[in-house]
Amino acid sequence: MAQTDTRPRHTELGLSDDDVLGMYGSMLLARAVDERMWLMQRAGKIAFIISGQGHEGAQVATSWAMRKGQDWMAPFYRSIASAMTFGMTAEDIITAHLAKSDDVSSGGRQMPGHYGGAPYNIVSLSSPVGTQVLHAVGIAMGAWVRGDDVVTMTQFGEGTSNQGEIHEAMNFAGVHNLPVIFVCENNGYAISVPLERQVAGGSVAARAAGYGMPGVVVDGGDVLGCYAAAKTAHERAQRGEGPTLIEAHVVRLTSHSSDDDQRRYRDPAEVDALKERDPIPQFAAELREAGVLTDERDEALRAAVKAEVNDASKRAEARPEPTADDAHERVYAEPIPGGGTAVPLAPIGEGH
Amino acid sequence: MAELNILEAIRSAMDEEMARDERVMVLGEDVGRKGGVFGATEGLWAKYGDKRVLDTPLTEGMIAGAAMGAAVYGLRPVAEMQFADFVYPAFNQIVSEISRIHYRSNGTFSAPMVIRMPYGGGVHGALYHSQSNEGYFTHTVGLKIVAPGTPADAKGLLKASIRDPDPVMFFEHKKTYRLFKAEVPDGDTVVPIGKAAVARTGKHLSIFCYGFMRTCALEAAETLAREDGVEAEVVDLRTLRPLDTETILASVAKTGKALVVHEANRFGGFGAEIAAEIGERAFEQLDGPVTRLAGPDVPGVPYHHAFEDWFMINPARIVGAARKLAAY
Repeated sequence: MAQTDTRPRHTELGLSDDDVLGMYGSMLLARAVDERMWLMQRAGKIAFIISGQGHEGAQVATSWAMRKGQDWMAPFYRSIASAMTFGMTAEDIITAHLAKSDDVSSGGRQMPGHYGGAPYNIVSLSSPVGTQVLHAVGIAMGAWVRGDDVVTMTQFGEGTSNQGEIHEAMNFAGVHNLPVIFVCENNGYAISVPLERQVAGGSVAARAAGYGMPGVVVDGGDVLGCYAAAKTAHERAQRGEGPTLIEAHVVRLTSHSSDDDQRRYRDPAEVDALKERDPIPQFAAELREAGVLTDERDEALRAAVKAEVNDASKRAEARPEPTADDAHERVYAEPIPGGGTAVPLAPIGEGH
Repeated sequence: MAELNILEAIRSAMDEEMARDERVMVLGEDVGRKGGVFGATEGLWAKYGDKRVLDTPLTEGMIAGAAMGAAVYGLRPVAEMQFADFVYPAFNQIVSEISRIHYRSNGTFSAPMVIRMPYGGGVHGALYHSQSNEGYFTHTVGLKIVAPGTPADAKGLLKASIRDPDPVMFFEHKKTYRLFKAEVPDGDTVVPIGKAAVARTGKHLSIFCYGFMRTCALEAAETLAREDGVEAEVVDLRTLRPLDTETILASVAKTGKALVVHEANRFGGFGAEIAAEIGERAFEQLDGPVTRLAGPDVPGVPYHHAFEDWFMINPARIVGAARKLAAY
């Protein structure tokens, strides 16, 4: 409890105690939802899981710098904690993974991990990696054309950073100083291929220089460091100074997905050591040090998270299953012979 | 009524739509100050500024992907691919993203956008400036595919495409751009997507076509009438998806004979879909084999004029195919 003459780091960053506890709680909740879904997968309720465990610190922190309901996000398949920070609830996430008929992301049409939510300004994600980064740049272009105060964030892995679309997106954003933040969550592995075999030069952030934008490296276990980088990037974007690339070094605590076993290609000692870089205990330690988090507070938070995940799971499981006759619906926004129903487009600023 | 060529009609549609709806923007390579390599966007940059008329880097994937992002956000982007031949880097965005976002988001997101592409041969453009690649996209559910053949249709269908809530790929046959002028209705005239037009009525056989093939088919029909006494009905499909099967089947019911004409490769081409529809749904009315006249199955239009002439569908070829079918 070393409260001396210097202000805690989060206060320096303009974050209140409630903010950082909120961030910590969001990380706990994202982790708990993620863990619950693995259990549901093992129990045969969910066919497939792709996890965000180990990425929560970078995701919650960078997304915390964004304005809910105003800014936009184009996620990737590990973006569970970012999506929840943008507004998706535990129930939304579990409902989507169970592919229920009223799942906010896809109504049961997409595999688990394909985040999206129109009410939260989270663009629907597909499976080919990297495509979403161009959508983020397009949203930023739209805001720039209209003069709207909107910043867009997108996330992708370091494996995806090799896709041409990432470079196309960063170049275009750099040319026009578009209000977009690129977050590369570098966990060192593209499924089984380690960084040194997929990223020439070893640094994704270094590539930013070629596109005329800052490339910032942060430790994904340093939650406040991630927040500071995102806050700076957000301010820069708002001022019209253009995009930023943030490379967050994170850990992938699980296998690539429920269909993968990372012990086949990672040294057991390396896998064991990952736990030391888990962002949750690191952030907890920092908050204890700052006098914000106590044992009682931590226990209360964890109990609340557990209760929320239990309730969310029950509610999600009780939701209706889609029926096959819905599979032919919403192919086109305007009905055409052969399928599709109308969903009226909301005026700009009121939806999509 | 103004007399416009197809290029002027397209330009006029974009101009009017940009004036009536500030969400409409155009983007692509050289579309700004230069006004596009064919001149389709000429004058728009000076009128609407360099944000709404946006020169992009030479990056087709980005053009399509960023247009989708902007469309999702609420704009109505009109993206230009400089040539249809260069759309392939954008294929992933078009097929994986633009066509599917509405369905995959359970109708909560849409991509109301247009991709304009000059296509087709006969302009000494060889393998990479002559392609008719509509078949890749007509196969993709979620897209609407439009291919006009007259100035009035080009203008009215482009206006409809820009206003459409779904992604539309707008195929402009580059040989028709300045080929002829025709009357285009004044004012805000929109031609609905999904409706074919009977360009010429006839009773002996039906010719189904679109784009530049409309011009060729009409010329062929005049020859057939004059020299053979064969009255060919020419149906300009105008929209390939959604396909106006009602008009197609009504024409076949009348004539009993169907000739499908397109410039794209024959194998697996769009004509096969029309032939299959007719075969499945109008079998009893047929009085001859449904026939396709299409581009030969070589990888592209070869450059030398002898090669190009060999490749291209022209009125004489249509006359030849129609005579054979009429005599069946």
